[in-house]
Amino acid sequence: MSEIIPIGPYHPLQEEPEFFKLHVEGERVTKLDIEIGYNHRGIEKLAEAKSWDQVVFLVERICGICSTSHPAASVNAMEDLAGIEAPERAQYIRTIICELERIHSHLLWLGLAGHFMGYNTVWMWAWKYREIVCDIFEKITGNRQSYAMFKVGGVRRDIDDDDIPWIRKSLDQLKPALDMFKGAVMDDPVIHARTKGVGVLTKEKAIEYCVVGPTARPSGLAIDVRKDDPYFAYDWVDWDIVVLEEGDVFAKAAVRILEMYESVKIIEQCLTKMKSGIVDLKVKELPPGEGIGRAEAPRGEVYHYCRSDGSNFPARYKVRAPSYTNIFSNEVAVIGETVADAALILAAVDPCYCCTERVVVINHDTGSEDVLFENDLVALSHKKTEKIRKEMGV
Amino acid sequence: MTWEEIKKDIKKTFGKKIQKWYEHNKRRIYIDIDTDNLKEFSEYLFKNLNSRFIIASGVDTPGGVIEILYHFDFFQLPQVISLRIKVDKSNPEVESLAEIIKGTEWIEREIAELLGVKFKGHPNMQHLILPNDWPEGNYPLRRDQ
Repeated sequence: MSEIIPIGPYHPLQEEPEFFKLHVEGERVTKLDIEIGYNHRGIEKLAEAKSWDQVVFLVERICGICSTSHPAASVNAMEDLAGIEAPERAQYIRTIICELERIHSHLLWLGLAGHFMGYNTVWMWAWKYREIVCDIFEKITGNRQSYAMFKVGGVRRDIDDDDIPWIRKSLDQLKPALDMFKGAVMDDPVIHARTKGVGVLTKEKAIEYCVVGPTARPSGLAIDVRKDDPYFAYDWVDWDIVVLEEGDVFAKAAVRILEMYESVKIIEQCLTKMKSGIVDLKVKELPPGEGIGRAEAPRGEVYHYCRSDGSNFPARYKVRAPSYTNIFSNEVAVIGETVADAALILAAVDPCYCCTERVVVINHDTGSEDVLFENDLVALSHKKTEKIRKEMGV
Repeated sequence: MTWEEIKKDIKKTFGKKIQKWYEHNKRRIYIDIDTDNLKEFSEYLFKNLNSRFIIASGVDTPGGVIEILYHFDFFQLPQVISLRIKVDKSNPEVESLAEIIKGTEWIEREIAELLGVKFKGHPNMQHLILPNDWPEGNYPLRRDQ
């Protein structure tokens, strides 16, 4: 028997080991090579050796930041396969978990983006207010991350009705913080100068590269699985999808900030509309067939395809994470920009964490290769912000 | 376009080229087609019907056949169409869609290295997730390996 190397989705994790090669002429980027696969854990292959119940746990490990979006797509795929629908209360609980996660993930990104631009106050404050969300998670699920809430046919834990007033109070604390971020980021002249017109992904390119989520919506593509292919409780509550036209880094930040307001709106409605009832159908087995599950993660559409031969294990389990298409689009977004902006543009698709751990700058004139590490790039970016600040006299 | 119009359009345009039309439910449609018609189908879906390419899934089946499903959706519609082609495992060869749909470039590289399917006309057939010194002829997602 030949060796079997487990294969799976390469969802980027924290200090993710993707490798971007920037080709530059002087200050300008002329070409970008992307190499991935350094973080390959073979989740797809591994899933073939797990029972259906375990698969939901397994896919929760794909991403540490949006840990619930993969289980969401996973239960959608399995319920599509079996033709079952989870009880109403479970759907509301699932929606609450997914939206809380969106808020915490966007706040995390906002903090990082602030850090990359030299706005360390934005970073500290964004992560401070993220704590509120993590506390709510702890109350509902017992965990701040990796909540293990989802299962086929329902959720594992109910929300205690006595906790709801406390959850509402916590959300109320979050609202002024969101207002503050909206003001701090969207009205700041220096941030405008740093991000407007930078790293533009046009609508045509967005379609061509098949990007999703908050990388597509700022480019004028109105796609959101929650609206297009409603799952859980998303078509029982009232909310809007945020679409902008510019496609630059500023629009990408604005979409995320405005989306957090919608998430709060969704959670509050779910808390009101949720009626008591069962939360789990206790599904025992899945029939043979195929299933497709989609979910809108904070970074875009998560897509799962599964095939069952009627046994306890999936015959094939395919996962497509949103960064898979979004990272590829950097190939066009970064062209013609300066090296100081590159870190920001690469971070703007929110590849879970900025992938600037190792960037090689190839100087076309001398042919030399200098390896810039994350700190060098961040320092370059900070320098540019300082320069703009001085010019503006702020 | 509404879903009914799209459905009618596809059936009218391709007629007998559709080997099997299977609706798992209202939102999930599987269309079996011949490998030779894949490019024509995908180009029509992507360019004429303004669909969005989601991803392709390669599946090694016990019958000596590798199935590839190309998943498309239509922006504001909930329907997902999966084009299914079947290629012979002894000589799996498919035409690359990369020049029509840029977004297929990575997944074709992935299917090529994991399942050993050749994509004719692909601009860059290097390894995507496996290391460059990966032994040739070793395809991790095949059932017999």
